[in-house]
This record gives sequence, structure tokens and C-alpha cells, in this order.
Amino acid sequence: MKRIRSLAAATLAATLSMGTGGAWAQAGETVRIAVIDPQSGPFANIGLNILHTLEFLAEREGGTHNPAGVKFEIVPFDNKMSGPESLNVLKAAIDQGIRYVVQGGGSGVAGALIDAINKHNERNPGKEVVYLNYAAVDPDLTNSKCSFYHFSFDANTAMKMEAMGSSIQDDKRVRKVYLLNQNYSHGQQVTRYAKEVLRRKAPHVEIVGEDLHPLGQVKDFSPYIAKIKASGADTVITGNFGPDLSLAFKAARDAGLDVAFYTYYAGAAGTPAAIGDAGLGKIRFVYPIYTNLASPEYQAVFKAFGQKFPNEAFVTSPAYNLFKALSHGMAKAKSTDPVKVARAMEGLSFRSFTGDVTMRASDHQLQQPLYMATWNKVDAKNPIDVEKTGNTWTLDRLFDSYVASTPTTCQMKRPA
Amino acid sequence: MPARGRQAVLWGGFAFVLIVAPLVFQSGLALTALSQMGYMIIICLSYNLLLGQGGMLSFGHAVYTGLGAFCAVHALNHAGAEGLPLPVSLVPLVGGLGGAAVAAVLGWVSTRKAHVPFAMITMGVGELVFAMTPMFPGLFGGEGGISTNRVVGEPVFGITFGPQIQLYYLIATYCFACTALIFLFTATPLGRMLNAVRDNPERVAFVGCDPQTVRYIAFVIAGFFAGIGGGLFALNFELVQGSAVGGLTSASYLLYTYIGGTLLFFGPIIGAILSVLVGVLLSEFTKAWALYLGLAFMLIVMFAPGGLSAILMANLRVAASGKFCRLVKPGSALLAATPVWLAGVTSLVEMTYHRQIHAPLNPTFRHFGVLLDVSDGADWAGAAALAIVGGVLFECARRGFVRHWRMVQEEMHALGPGAGGAS
Amino acid sequence: MAFFALSLLNGISYGLLLFMLSAGLTLIMSMMGVLNFAHASFYMLGAYLAYQVSAWIGFWPALLISPLVAALLGAVFERWVLRRVHRHGHASELLVTVGLSFVMLEVVQLVWGRAPVGYRIPAELEGPLFTLFGSPFPLYRAFMMGVSILMLLAIWLLVSRTRIGLVIQAALTHPDMVQALGHDVPRVSMGVFGGGVALAALAGVVGGNAYTTEPGMAFSVGNIVFVVVVVGGMGSLGGAFVASLLIGVVTTFAVSLDQSLLHLLQAVDVPVTDAMANHALLALKISQVAPLLPYLLLVSVLIFRPKGLMGTRET
Repeated sequence: MKRIRSLAAATLAATLSMGTGGAWAQAGETVRIAVIDPQSGPFANIGLNILHTLEFLAEREGGTHNPAGVKFEIVPFDNKMSGPESLNVLKAAIDQGIRYVVQGGGSGVAGALIDAINKHNERNPGKEVVYLNYAAVDPDLTNSKCSFYHFSFDANTAMKMEAMGSSIQDDKRVRKVYLLNQNYSHGQQVTRYAKEVLRRKAPHVEIVGEDLHPLGQVKDFSPYIAKIKASGADTVITGNFGPDLSLAFKAARDAGLDVAFYTYYAGAAGTPAAIGDAGLGKIRFVYPIYTNLASPEYQAVFKAFGQKFPNEAFVTSPAYNLFKALSHGMAKAKSTDPVKVARAMEGLSFRSFTGDVTMRASDHQLQQPLYMATWNKVDAKNPIDVEKTGNTWTLDRLFDSYVASTPTTCQMKRPA
Repeated sequence: MPARGRQAVLWGGFAFVLIVAPLVFQSGLALTALSQMGYMIIICLSYNLLLGQGGMLSFGHAVYTGLGAFCAVHALNHAGAEGLPLPVSLVPLVGGLGGAAVAAVLGWVSTRKAHVPFAMITMGVGELVFAMTPMFPGLFGGEGGISTNRVVGEPVFGITFGPQIQLYYLIATYCFACTALIFLFTATPLGRMLNAVRDNPERVAFVGCDPQTVRYIAFVIAGFFAGIGGGLFALNFELVQGSAVGGLTSASYLLYTYIGGTLLFFGPIIGAILSVLVGVLLSEFTKAWALYLGLAFMLIVMFAPGGLSAILMANLRVAASGKFCRLVKPGSALLAATPVWLAGVTSLVEMTYHRQIHAPLNPTFRHFGVLLDVSDGADWAGAAALAIVGGVLFECARRGFVRHWRMVQEEMHALGPGAGGAS
Repeated sequence: MAFFALSLLNGISYGLLLFMLSAGLTLIMSMMGVLNFAHASFYMLGAYLAYQVSAWIGFWPALLISPLVAALLGAVFERWVLRRVHRHGHASELLVTVGLSFVMLEVVQLVWGRAPVGYRIPAELEGPLFTLFGSPFPLYRAFMMGVSILMLLAIWLLVSRTRIGLVIQAALTHPDMVQALGHDVPRVSMGVFGGGVALAALAGVVGGNAYTTEPGMAFSVGNIVFVVVVVGGMGSLGGAFVASLLIGVVTTFAVSLDQSLLHLLQAVDVPVTDAMANHALLALKISQVAPLLPYLLLVSVLIFRPKGLMGTRET
């Protein structure tokens, strides 16, 4: 009798798992995701905002309505913005059996993680870890350092510069450009790409000067602004972020410098509050979304996040695409095993706020439209007040995916 | 126990702990933590050569560990790519030579003065070097730093240094060797002169030695060991970034060496172990780790300037003089009151941090196994009450303990220097 | 000519701002021999307090309230912490202020969060004061310069002309004798420390809205303040003033110099190859290292003239 019962149970279980094609294999499963970012110390501001964003999205995207039927659990790890420390917490995450790692605060850390994860995956088959990158935008990460186990969801420095170049190409007001950047990898890359893209897309534009200043050391930008003024530039391109950006804006306003600023990071958490009323109509930045994007899904997410976290805003849209890619990937692979999911995510297309986006298989860089937004006063069409300043980001231009798409030199080694 | 026998036991014990530790703590994280403790011990000891032995407060020691690390990582890359005949096990020595070379150059300007001017010079030099690293991407690898692979060349006796356990034993070997060497240095005439320069540089000059020369040589030696520590760091992470020479890294060396204790030889060892425990483990348990560290540091500077090692030694001395039984009761009272007070205070701190960071998502969290709810006033009141009551208890117990302690110290003093006396 | 005049004006105003930041530290240094590592943290605290008071009451009351609160905290710290550490030596005092700077950073973040706060320049102080060669000079910058000069005058008058100043100066070198003469030296120390950090807080009130008010502000300002005090000479007010102006002007002018070692080589007719042109060190322009010149100055002064430009003591 017992044997018949256990046989019946086994047959039932086998039938169930076969009959529904294994889609139930991971349903109800909780996928644990490690978030490695600075959550204490001087860079904690951005790290905590992204942690809240990911926790919020995990709650929203997981559950029965998830395409793969999985739930997500976010496990935070504080790396204090240090590469070696990130490797420590990566070990801790792997020890806890977590197979998915999310990070974006700093390309230095990103490079370290890719290296360490490659080595770990090579030395520990069956325990592979996949790394999803939401903001580290060094193009090397999908070129010379590309890895099968790394997926990039933000547009990288070169892609955003392509978008800027297209904008400048069509803007007759731009004649003379000044390049102001921080003297480290990112700033040096922005300077290099700006020269290359402008030469190609807008050869009529003259680059009248460039400056590279030490990162985070400049308190008084007035000498730089004076140089910009003396050069006769009408546009400044800068990859600066944080105080290096907001102080530059303030100095420009104080000196009455009437130029347009094309930036990468004017929209990052905390910077709009520091900008205040400076540079209205002049400051622009390029990013996969902008605050007043007319997408019902995005507006719903934005509102819900703002209600849950009244002092923060939903600014990191790549995180949304990250969850969507993961969910669709798991549904396609019918599994939560990282290697199978990684394979499924290659070439995957899915619907996002801004239309269809594709995870390019050759280098694992998400191909998506980009937006150029300008800092302006709140109005009827653009009602969202950014960081209680009374101002907001309004749409300047939309760039289709193909505009910002850049070729890759990635020679990706895929597992057998 | 005769002094030599005692020394043998201590060193033997040290070696034993080094060998056995990874067999006890076996997880991946534990193994990398032990590895980090290994080279941090070397670094903190090298730092104490300056601070404790030489009276030189340096705010820029990371320059020497970091540049040593960069030398090591470049050498390792050359060994891999261009077949430089350098075994991986000797790479830290390259780091050491690099650190010594940089110390020889920068030390010439740094050691001309002592005390606060020295501290300021090291700070200025540290800032300069750190700020310059992003500007020379060929040397320092820009933001990503220089990465490397320690699995190069033919395995020797089957050892590739790929698995962390093999690297740990390499680090443990260097740790033991460097600790022994630094200990021997402190007993040499030069080491004693260094102490003399710390205590009374004018007298040293009268005796015929130039204090600046002594400081300079000590600086270079410290740079050598710092570079070895840096080289092991490079091997451990297979990555060196600009932060390795930064001010925060230097500050952490200072903080932990001081907390461990600068007056006794093994103080920095305690500090190094603590640095890894706090840096790697504590920050995963609580977001308030920086606050705790800052407060602990201030308390140690105020009440125990000799550091944890001095506290330990004082207790050992009491035990050796046979008067420890007198302290058992007040000590137990203190040990019983402390957790109560700490539980209350840490609950308040953790609740405050949790409220700021996580409350919108989940107002509850576990603290020492107890579920706390930041939206519940009763929990706040409870924690506050615990802190206050615990504080009162702690203060009473502390006063009692201090009274007994002072009595014991007086008695020991009256008995003469023969009483008590660990090494 | 226009560029030179503008740069000079910018340089001098930046120098005066640096002095405003370091005045309090110089006072504490000269009176107590303590190098207060937490000075920049009090600057940060002053800015945050001013932000809060401005939000509740207004900017002008904040000018008064914020330094007072900071002075109180400073006095409490001196009484309960610094005095206890005093007997262990100057190094210990330095270290305890290092610990304090970490603790203050955490507390500020706990109270006001980790993001920059919107501390704004009051409307009545916005706008240009005058226009020089087509460039407006902001009114608020002139206000900051004015505050800086007032600080200089106030400290100088206090130290040299008042009774308390003489007591302070005497207590520095002969504390026991001064105590024997009946003056309450510990109370004076408390007052001096409180006064010094009050000046730091005042600098925060005035500077926090012109620069961003965020948790990292102490870290970014701390180092340069030490450079000013040490270069000027520890214990010398005049030295700090001269040093800040020197640093301000040199840094500002250095930004406009785009010359590098390559230019030097070209000037002496050494042929420059492509490899050399791309070499990081040779191509390094003076403008790229301009913000680092203060540290170079610090190291040079400490090597050649450890007393500082106008200092009278070394430690």
C-alpha cells in the first residue's frame, strides 16, 4: 500500500513537472540578489538611493505576476566605495550562496568585480555568479574588459557622447565648445570621446579649450569659468559629478557666464538640490529617461516610489530594465541558474518605459533610446518638482537606440 | 618561567595560531579575512616602528604600502607576460624594495623634523601622491587600477597560489618572518637609539648620534616592511587601485595601530586583527560602524592611551602578582553591567540609523536577536530606559572596580618591581 | 590686462575665503597649541545649523545662533574631553580631535541625512555688486570677504588689545604662573576653544550656501585649512592671513597657465617626439595641478622654513 502511494506521488510529481514544460520549476522561488554599493561613508547618499530603488523594484516586480513567477530578495553589502572591499563582500555574498550581484556605483569597483567574478566562475564551475551593472559607464567594461557574466544596463560614456554629438550637430547655436572635466579615467574619456565625436558629427564646431582638474579638490571654480569666458565658448561639455558639477554651475552663474552645459550627471541624486536656480534653460544632461517622461508605467513607478520614500526620487531607470531583463530571461530559460539565464538574456528584447530595448549579445550592452533633458521651471506640462527646488527636467530631444549605439571590440568568451 | 622559555612559548604559540587558524575558520570569507589580518599585522607593525618606537606620527603611511603594492603588481604582470623569472612567492619582496625606495626618497624630506611638522609633511605628501594617481593611468591604472593574476608560471611542488588557502600560508609565512625581524630590530642598538630619539632627541645628539639619521633609517626600514605588506595585499586581491595610497587608508592604519596600542610590541598585532574584524565584518552587521569606531577611538585616547594591549598587560601583571582574585568580584560586576548599558545604547543608535535608512520599507529589524520596531514608541522608551539603567549600573560598577584596581596597584608598587612583570 | 585684473580679484577673494575658514583654527593653535582636526567638522556643523535656523527663522539670526551653539559644543568638548587628554601631550590632543571629526560626521548625517541640503543664499544678498571688465562680481562674495576681514580685525583686537587677550598669550607659555597670579586658566582655555570653533561655524554659515552643504564638505575643506595654518606659521595670525592670500592668488593664477614640461623642452629647442607628447608626466599642464599647489607649498615650507612664513614656534 505504501509503495503504491509513494509510486503514485512520484508519478504525479513527474507528470506535473513534465506537463507544464518546466515553467513551474522556478515558480515561487526566491532569487537572492546581492547589492554591492557604498551604503555608509561619504558616498552613501547615492548608494542608499539605489538600494531603496532596488528594494522597491524587487517588491514590485516579484511575485505571481512576474513572467517567471519568481520573487526577489535584495541583500545589501556595503563596499565603502572601495575596489578591494568589494572583493571582500563579493566573497561574503558567494559564501551565502547568492548567484546574482548588482552594482553600479563606480567603474573602478565594476572592473574589479568583473575580474573577480571571471576568476571565481572559472575556478568554481557550477557556482557561477552573474553581475548586473546599472550605472558604471566606463566603455571598457563592454569592450576590452567584456565578460559573458557581465550585463550593462546604463548607456556608457561613449554612447551618451554620441547622443550629445547628434544634438550639437543639429543645434545652430553651438559654435565653440569648451571641455571641462575631472582628471581621472571618466573625465579623460569624456574629453577624448568629445573630440572624436565632434570631429565626426559636427566638424563645423570648434573646440576652443579644455581643462582637466583634480577630482574633488577644487573649491573655487571661478578661475576655470574665467578661462571659459576668455575662450569665447558658447557651450561647455562636462562629465563632472557631485560638488565638482554643482560648484561649477554656481561659479558660472556668479560670473554671469551665459553658456549651455552639456552634462552626464546633472540629474544624479543630490545634484539638482545643489544647483537650485542656477542655469535655468542652460543645463542639459543625457540619460535613458528624464523626470517628466510621458510613460504611464514610469509615472506610476515614480509616484509610488516617492510615496514610499518621501525624501528621494526614482532616478535610476536602468534598475527597472535590470529587473525586467532578469525576469524575462528567467522565463525564457525556464530556470534561475545564472549561466542559463545569462544565455537567455543575450539578444533579449523586452518592453521598457521608453519602448523596446534589446540586450545586445555581442557585448551585453543594453541598446536603448536616450533622452536629452534641460533644467527649467516647473510648468503644466512638466509638473514634477525635482528635490524641492521648484524646477524640473524638460524634454529637449529623444535619440533612438541606433543613434547612440556604438560598435564594440568585445571578443567574448562564452562557456561551452 | 625563565624569559627565554617564555619567549619560545609565545613565538611558538604565534606560529601555531597562524598555522591552525584556517582549519578552524573555513568559510571563504573567513579565509580572506585571515589573509588580510596577516598582512595588516606587518603593516601595523611597520607603522608602529614610526609611531610607537620612533615617536613619529605619520598621516601618510599608505603612500608606502600603496606604492609597494603598485610595484608588486607591475612586477607580477611582467613576470606573467614577459616571463621575468620572478616566483610569485618573492613578489612581496619586490613590494618591500619598492616601499623602501620611495621611503628613501620621500623620507629625506619628511624626517627632517619631528612631531607635528612631521605629521603635516606626511599629510601633505600623502595628499599629493593620492591626487596624482588618477593623472598617470599608465602607472596607476586610472579608476580601475592595475589588476593581475597570481597564477603564473609553473607550479612549484604543486603550489599555484590560486586557491586562497595556499596564499594564506604564504602570507602567514611572511607575517611570522616580518614580525620576528621587526622584533629583532627593536632589540638592536639602532632600535634602542630610535626609542631614545623618541624620548629625548637632544640627549641623543649629545651622545653623538644624529637624530635625523636615526629617524631616516627607521623610516626606510618601516617603508620596506610597509611595502611587503602592500605586496601581499596586491597578491590577495589581484588588484591595486588609487585608494591604496589615500588618506583614508593612512587614517585607518593610525586608528587601529593606536587602538591596539603603541607602547607594546604586540599592540599593533591586536590593532591589525581588529582592523579586519571591524572593516570586513562589523560593517556588514551595522550601518553605524563608523560612529562606533570614532567613539571607541576617542574613548581609548582619553582613558587608555596605551591601547588595548596596555590594558591586557596591566591585567596580566595583576594576575602574575597573584592579586587577581581581589579584582574578580568588581570585575564581574563591571562585566555584567557593560552589556546591559551597551545593549541599551546600541539599540538606540541602531534604531536611529534604521529609521533613517530602512524604515519606509520595513520598520522592524533584529538586534541581538530581539525584534525592534522603530515606529513603536514603546521600543524607543525601552531602549532608552535600558541605556539609562545600564549606564547607572555601569558607572557604579566602574567606580567600584577602579577603587579596587588602585588598591591593587598600590600594593603591587609597594612590593617592588619584582612583583608581577610579564615580558 | 582684463584677465590679470579679474584673476587677481578672484585670487584675493578666494584667499580671504580661505582665511575665513582657517581663522578659528589659527586662534586655537596659537592659544592652546592644539591642532584641531575637527575644525572642518565644526565648519560643516555651522553650515547645517544655519540651514536649519534659516528654514525656521531666517538667515540673519542664523549668523548669530549657529556660532553660539557651536561655541557651546566646543566648550563642552574642551572641558570634558580635551582637558583630560591634555596631559598626554599634543599628539593625543590631535588624535582625539580626529576621533571627534568622525563622530561629528556620523551625527550630522544622522540628523540631516546624506544628501546635500538646499541651503540657499538669502535673496537680499544675491546678484552682482559691481561689474569689472564685463564680468559681474557677486555681492555675496564681497559679503564673504567682508566677514573674513572682520574676523581678522576681531581676533587681532582681542589678542593684542584686550586684557583677556594678554592673559591668553601669557597662559600659552607660562600657564602655571598665570594660574598662580589668579587667572582661571582652564576657563580661559575653554573660552578660547569655544571661540575658535565658533569662528569655524561662522565660516560655515557664510560659506555653506555659496558652496554646497553636504556631508563631504568637511573632508574637502579640512586639508587646505591645515595647509594655510601650517604655511602661515603655527600660532601666527598674520602668517595665516598672508598664507591664505598667497595660496588663493597662486592657485587662481596657476589655473590659467597651460604650460607643461613639453613647452619648456620646446622653448630650449629640444625636439619633441609623439611618444613624449603623450607621456603623462611631460604633458602635465600647470593648470591641471593648480589645486594641488598648496600641498606642494606645504611640503616646501616645512622643509625649508618649518616655523612657517611668519611663525614663532615649531609645534
